[in-house]
Amino acid sequence: MAGRIKIRAQKKGDVTEVKALMRHPMETGMRKDQAGDAIPAHFITEVAVFHGDQPVMQGHWGAAVSANPFLGVRFAGGEPGDTVRVAWVDNQGGTGEGQTTIR
Amino acid sequence: MTTTYQKGISRRGWLRWTVILSAAAAIPKRVWAAVARPEAAFGATALDEALAALGDTPQAHEGIQFMTPDIAENGAVVPIRLQVDAEALPNVSKVSVLVEMNPNPLAASFDIPPGTEVYIETRVKVAQTCTLYAVVEADGQLYMQSRETKVTLGGCGG
Repeated sequence: MAGRIKIRAQKKGDVTEVKALMRHPMETGMRKDQAGDAIPAHFITEVAVFHGDQPVMQGHWGAAVSANPFLGVRFAGGEPGDTVRVAWVDNQGGTGEGQTTIR
Repeated sequence: MTTTYQKGISRRGWLRWTVILSAAAAIPKRVWAAVARPEAAFGATALDEALAALGDTPQAHEGIQFMTPDIAENGAVVPIRLQVDAEALPNVSKVSVLVEMNPNPLAASFDIPPGTEVYIETRVKVAQTCTLYAVVEADGQLYMQSRETKVTLGGCGG
C-alpha cells in the first residue's frame, strides 16, 4: 500500500515550514473489531523529511501517533522552487511518499 | 536482424529504468538505516522504563516550549507542539514525546540534524488524563518539560 501525502512547504523569513498530512489508520493493535477479534497493529514506524536529497528530519513513531498523522517541521534555508519530500514506512512494510516545491 | 536490434534496445532501456527506480527506492532506506530506532524505549510499558531506555534521568529545562491542550475532548487526536530556541538550549540532536499513562509511553522520537529548527508539530493519542513529557537530548544530556492534559474521551476507542 502506497499512501499519498499532502504537503505544503512555505518559506517564512529564514526558515522553511513544512506541513504534511499522511493518510494512515495508525492501528495500535489493542483495539477489537465488532466480532471481538483484535485488529492487528498497523502504524507508521519511520518518517523522514527531505530538502532535495538532504534529510532535514527523521522521526521514529509508535502507535500512539494519531490516525492520519500530521507533522509540522521547520528547517533553515530552502529557497522557493526547491523540492521538499516526505516519506514513511509502516510496520507492515507499506510505504508512502509525497513531494512539493517550496512556495 | 532488425527485430533483434530493437529487442536489444528495449531490454537495455528496461534495465536502465530498473536501476533508476531501485536507486530511488534505496535512498530513504539507507537514510533510515543510518539512525537506529530506539526499540527498547518504544517497547517500554512504563514511563520510568521508557525514560531509562532513552538515557539518564532528564533535568527540567525552561528553554523547552512544550504546548499541549489543557483539556482534550478527544484523546485520539491531541495536538502537541515542541519547540526549543537555539539560544536557550543549543545542539539539540533528538527530541521525544512521552505520554505517561499510555500502554507504551513513548509516542514519537525525532532526530534533528544541524540546520533544522527544533520545532515539531504533530498529534498523538492520549489514553487518559495524565502528564505528557517532552524529552530533549542536547550535547549528550537529557532535558525535559512536562504538561498535564485532561482527557474527556480516551484515545483507545473500541
